[in-house]
Amino acid sequence: MKTLIEHLRVLHHTLRRLLLTPNSTLLNVLIIGIALSLPVGGYVLLKSVQALGAQIAGTPQISMFLATGTGSGDIEHIGDKLKQQAGIKSIEFVSREVALKKLQQSTGLSDVIGGLSQNPLPDAFVVYPGDGSVKALEALRDELKTWQHVEHVQLDSAWIHKLEALLDFGRMAVAILAALLSFALIAITFNTIRLQILTRREEIEVAKLIGATDAFIRRPFLYFGFTQGLLGGIAAWLLVAGSLLLLNHQVGTLTQLYAGNFSLQHLSLADSVTLLGFSAYLGWLGAWFSVSQHLWQIEPR
Amino acid sequence: MIKFNQVYKRYPGGHEALKNVNFDIAEGEMVYLTGHSGAGKSTLLKLIAAIERPSSGGVLVKGQNIRSIKSAAIPQLRRNIGLIFQDHKLLFDRNAFDNVMLPLQICGFEHRESAKRVRAALDKVGLLDREKANPIALSGGEQQRLCIARAIVNRPTILLADEPTGNLDTEYANEIMNIFKSFHQVGVTLLISTHDESILRMFPARALHLKQGELQA
Repeated sequence: MKTLIEHLRVLHHTLRRLLLTPNSTLLNVLIIGIALSLPVGGYVLLKSVQALGAQIAGTPQISMFLATGTGSGDIEHIGDKLKQQAGIKSIEFVSREVALKKLQQSTGLSDVIGGLSQNPLPDAFVVYPGDGSVKALEALRDELKTWQHVEHVQLDSAWIHKLEALLDFGRMAVAILAALLSFALIAITFNTIRLQILTRREEIEVAKLIGATDAFIRRPFLYFGFTQGLLGGIAAWLLVAGSLLLLNHQVGTLTQLYAGNFSLQHLSLADSVTLLGFSAYLGWLGAWFSVSQHLWQIEPR
Repeated sequence: MIKFNQVYKRYPGGHEALKNVNFDIAEGEMVYLTGHSGAGKSTLLKLIAAIERPSSGGVLVKGQNIRSIKSAAIPQLRRNIGLIFQDHKLLFDRNAFDNVMLPLQICGFEHRESAKRVRAALDKVGLLDREKANPIALSGGEQQRLCIARAIVNRPTILLADEPTGNLDTEYANEIMNIFKSFHQVGVTLLISTHDESILRMFPARALHLKQGELQA
């Protein structure tokens, strides 16, 4: 109870102190907000692109083209073999006749195709693998390649590969940005608290002389750093939310033109809580470093 | 209560503020610390309150050795010591009442109980009617008395006063000495540093005389 009252008292004082200097508070909160909104915005963008990638890629598939002139007996044999092969969910046989018809329908090249004297397309199996990971797909492709009568095996995953690599690159960039700007946040709080300590030096000194513990002296500054970090986190959240609102409007027109279905995802509840918690923690940490440094300086020697 | 045993204090640069100081102050005793300015009076008081540590020798305060006391144990020690500073060290960003309140806040007293104690302390030094005043608006004597109120609000067992009558008229000085005398009567251990001979004559007690860092017999 005693400690609770003490904490409430300190919280009250902290909020009053923040409101006493509204301009510098606003400025600090804005700086922290902007600094945090950059990596958070990057994170949101990456997440949306990743979701888009998954949406387009759907289930990966492997096309297995047979050599021309493969007899129906052999085709049946390959079909059976595929069914027994591990790691395959389902298969579909596309005969050369069906493939030609599909091509005629889908591309509008019916005139050209109609003029062909013979069907140039091979028979093919479309294989839907059970395991969608790039490694499993490649292993399966390499296995199928070795089979008899198989002319060519094509895995439709090369571009997923590229996207994945690009996303990894983006993730690393966001991580570096986040780390750097976290340091900036700590530095901002460190400096704000240092200035506060300078103006409250006497109070700290007197309090220490009449028996204040380090925890007692630290507390108001830690509360201040924590609150300022939290407000900065809220500012970052609002900045990202506002930007997404504007961008999504633009993306809406863009995807309509491409008849797609894409929008930038907003921060999830868990992400939001993490953002606020992290920024508050960094503010706390900056304050802690600042006060500890000062307290160390006035230790008795 | 307070025991110095072959205490030396050297500052960086080689200045020796205290040289081989030995004395013993019993519980409830009132003792003067005399000597010219620069004789080491303030340094001696600082050692007792663990504001500084001795270079060598033992400083025992309530059984604790200041030379080896852990930083974390210092706050508890200081809560048992009332400090009265020559320059008062009052805070001008709050009124008299809140200045006296500070030690109780530090100890985590409940508000109503501490308000009662603050008023009792202000009453004791005759400043009850000035509780709303900012210390800067108080006279030198009043500031000194406010500093005393802050030192005693915690009901410490030891009071250390550094030149408490330093810049005051005889009348104010007597007022303050009478306050100290009343603490002495209720069993508080007092160590008062002064260079004012008239006080010693009016309120006689044992005196420790320092000369260039050495205790004179």
